[in-house]
Amino acid sequence: MIATLTLRERRIGLGLSILLAVIGLGMAALARQGPMAIHGAMALVLGLGLVFLIGGALYDHPEQGRERLARYYDAPTRLGIIMALFWGVIGMGVGVWVAALMYWPEATPLWPATSFGRLRPVHTSGVIFGFGGNALIATSFYVLQRTSRARLADSVSPWFVLIGYNLFCLWAASGYLMGSTQSKEYAEPEWYADIWLVVVWLTYFALYIRTLARRAEPHIYVANWYYMAFILVVAMLHIVNNLALPVSWTEAESFPVWSGVQDAMIQWWYGHNAVAFLLTAGFLGMLYYFLPVRAQRPIWSYRLSILSFWGIVFFYMWAGSHHLHYTALPYWVQTLGMTFSVMLLVPSWASAGNALATLNGAWHKVRDDATLRFMFVAAVFYGLSTFEGSFMAIRPVNSLSHYTDWTVGHVHSGTLGWVAMIVFGAIYTLVPKLSGRDGMAWPQAVEWHFWLAVAGTLVYVVSLWNAGITQGLMWRAYDENGSLSYSFIESVEAMRPYYAARTLGGALFLAGLVICVLNCRATMRAAGSRADSADRPLAAHPAE
Amino acid sequence: MTTDPKALPGADPHTGNREIDPVTGYDTTGHEWGGIKELNTPFPRIALIALGLTFAYAVVAWILLPAWPLGRDYTRGLLDLDQGEVAVAGYRELSGMREGWLSRFDAPDFAALEQDADLMAAAMPAAHRLFRDNCAVCHGMTGGGGPGFPVLSDGYWLWGGAPADIAETLSVGINSEHPDTRYGEMPAFDWLERADRTALAEYVAGLPGGGADPESPAGLLFEENCAACHGEGGEGGLLNGAPSLTDDSVIYGQDAATVEQTLRHGRMGVMPQWSDRLSAAEINLLALHVARLSSGAEEAAP
Repeated sequence: MIATLTLRERRIGLGLSILLAVIGLGMAALARQGPMAIHGAMALVLGLGLVFLIGGALYDHPEQGRERLARYYDAPTRLGIIMALFWGVIGMGVGVWVAALMYWPEATPLWPATSFGRLRPVHTSGVIFGFGGNALIATSFYVLQRTSRARLADSVSPWFVLIGYNLFCLWAASGYLMGSTQSKEYAEPEWYADIWLVVVWLTYFALYIRTLARRAEPHIYVANWYYMAFILVVAMLHIVNNLALPVSWTEAESFPVWSGVQDAMIQWWYGHNAVAFLLTAGFLGMLYYFLPVRAQRPIWSYRLSILSFWGIVFFYMWAGSHHLHYTALPYWVQTLGMTFSVMLLVPSWASAGNALATLNGAWHKVRDDATLRFMFVAAVFYGLSTFEGSFMAIRPVNSLSHYTDWTVGHVHSGTLGWVAMIVFGAIYTLVPKLSGRDGMAWPQAVEWHFWLAVAGTLVYVVSLWNAGITQGLMWRAYDENGSLSYSFIESVEAMRPYYAARTLGGALFLAGLVICVLNCRATMRAAGSRADSADRPLAAHPAE
Repeated sequence: MTTDPKALPGADPHTGNREIDPVTGYDTTGHEWGGIKELNTPFPRIALIALGLTFAYAVVAWILLPAWPLGRDYTRGLLDLDQGEVAVAGYRELSGMREGWLSRFDAPDFAALEQDADLMAAAMPAAHRLFRDNCAVCHGMTGGGGPGFPVLSDGYWLWGGAPADIAETLSVGINSEHPDTRYGEMPAFDWLERADRTALAEYVAGLPGGGADPESPAGLLFEENCAACHGEGGEGGLLNGAPSLTDDSVIYGQDAATVEQTLRHGRMGVMPQWSDRLSAAEINLLALHVARLSSGAEEAAP
C-alpha cells in the first residue's frame, strides 16, 4: 500500500489517519459508554494503527515517478478482494450457525450477543455489504480502469473508500452483537455509521466519475453503466431510508423520520432496490466484464445490453411495494408494485440471455474451465431467480409465499446462485492477474469449489422451496367445518427435515468458500512476474 | 480522438463496422474496451414479444384493479375491489362455516354437548388446534405440563377439572389482571427459623411416601402453618389453589430442596385470562377439550 504512494500522498494518508483517530477519540469521549463509545474506540485504534503504518514507513520507500501513471493501480483491488473473502467467511459462517440454530434452538448459548436476533443481521450484512460490497468496490476499480484505458484519478481516495467502507462494516457487525440496531432490515446500523457511509460513498462516486472523465475510449462500456447505477442509487436509497433523528448526539439510538405505512414503504423501496442496485446492477457490471474476458468472446448483443440496462433501472424503482402485499399499504400501490415487477422480467432475462448467448463459440471453455463455469451458472441462476421474483410479486402467488421460507429460498437462489457465483468467477480471473501468474496456485481446487458451491446452492434452495410451500399450504388450510387444519406449531415441526437440509447446503457452500480463501492465499503468496504489456492505460502518452 | 466509428482504423467507411464474428455471423459495433467487443445483433423477436406480453399484463391489471394515483384519489379499476372488503368477506365466509356448530358452545351445557357425537366430531379437531395455538406453549403439546406449569392430562386439579370449572379458569385466569381472577398465593415463610424450614421441607417431602410423622416437631409446624390451606394431612382438595401434598402432584416439585425454596420465597404462578382473546364459545370448546385430556388418566387413577 505505502510503497505505491508518492511522498505527498503518504502525507495526505497520514493526515487522514490522524483525523480518523481524532474523530474516534471524540466519539468515544462524548458518548462515554455504549456502542457509540466502543465504535469510537475502534476508529481510534484503526486511525492510530494507520498512523504508525504510514508514519513508520513515510521515507522508507523510493519516491514514485511519473512512470507509475503508465500502469493501472491495482493495489486497492487486491485489498478489496482480501476483505471480501474475510467478510465472506464471517458472514457465511454465521449464516450456517444461525441456520443450525433454527434446527437446534437449544444450542443458543446463554449470552445475549449470541442470540439468533443479534447474529442474523451479522449474517445478512456480512454477506451483502462485507462480501458483496467489497467485491463490487474491488472489481469496479479494476473494470473501470481497463474499460476506460485510464488509471484511477488519484491514489489516496481508493484507500479511503476501502478502509472507510470496512470500518462501516465492522461498526455494523459489532453493533448488532451489542444490540445496537435501528430495526430496519438491511439498514440496521445507527445514524453515525450511516453518516460515515455517506462520506465514504460520495468519495467513491467522485473517484468513479473523475476516472471515467479521463477515459481514453470514446464510449462508456456497459459494465460501467451498471457500476455507476449501483453507486448512485445505493447513495440515494441509503440517505432517504436512513433519515433519522438521534436521541442525542452522544448516543447510538435514533428515531426514523418516517412513520407508519410510509416508513414501511420507504423501507421496502430501499430493501428491494438494495437487491436491485447492489445485488443485481453491480454484479451485472461484473458479469459484463469478466464473462467476455474469460470466454474471449464479444458480448452477443449491444442492443440487448441497452434494453436490459434501462429496463432494470427504470422498472426496479417501482417494484418495492410487492414486499407489502395484503398490508395496510393502499391496494393501488400494491398493484403498481406487482405490475412493474412483472414488466421487469424481460429486461432481467435480456441480461441473462445476453450472457448465455455470449458463450456461443466458447462452450468448450465452459466445459473445461471451472472459472467460466462459475459465471455460466451465475447467469443461469440470475435468470431463474428473476423469474421467480416476478412470479412471487404477483399478489395471489404472494399470498401463498409471503412470510414463508420460500422467500428465504428465493433470496438465496439469487445470492448464492447468482451473486456469489459471479464473484467467485471474477476472483478466480482477477487473483492470478493481480499476482502476475497464469492461473491459480491450485487449479484443481477451483473444480472442488465449483461443485461444492453448486451442490450447496441446490440443496439449500430446493429444501427451502419445499419448506416455504409446505408452510404456506399448512397456514391456509381449513377443514370442512371452517376451522384451521393445522396449528402453527405443527407447521414449525414440519420444517425439521428442511431446516436440517438447508444447514447442510449452507455448510457445503461455506466449505467451498474456505477452499477459495486458501487457494487465493496460496496464489497471492506465490506471486509471479508475468506482466501483460497491453494491460496499460492509453492516456499516458508523454506528448499530450 | 474521434468518436466516429466510421473514422476508426479498419472500419467500413459506410457502416463503421470493423469485423464479422465468425461464430454468430454478426458484425461488431466497432467499439473495443480493453479487448472486449460487442456484436451488433438485432433484438431477438422473442424478447420483443415477451416484453409486449408483460406490458399487456400490466395494462390489463391497471384497468381491472386499483392502480394509479390521481391527486388525493386513485383509479378504482373495473372490478372495484377494496382489499379491506375482500378480507372481511373471506373472514365472514369462514365464520359462516363455523357458525353452525360453534354457536352451540355459546351456552355451557357441557353434558348435552358431549352427547352429540356429530358435534364433537366437528368441534374436537378445532379444539385441538386452539389448544396447540394458545395453551401448548406453557402446558405442552399434549397437556403434559412443563417446569412451573401444571400437567393437564393427569386428573389432578387445583381449581376443579369439570368443564365448567375449567371454563371459569380460562375466562378469568389465575392471579391474572381480571377483576374476578382466581387468586392463590403460597406465601413466603421466610420469617421461620432456617432450621424449622429445613425440618418442614423434609416433612413435606416425606408426605407422599407416608414417611412423615404428624407427632414430630415438624408435624406440629405443619399443622400450625400449612394445614389451613393444604388440609389436615396435606391432602389438599379445598379448591383454594393449594395442591395436595400427599400425591406428588405439586407443580414445582416436592423434593426437600425445592420445598425449602418454595417455603423461603413463596409461589404465585400466573395463568392469564383468555376472555379478552377468545370468544365464550371458544373457551367452552377448549374447556371440554382440556377436561377430556385427563379422562384416560382418571380411569387409571386408583
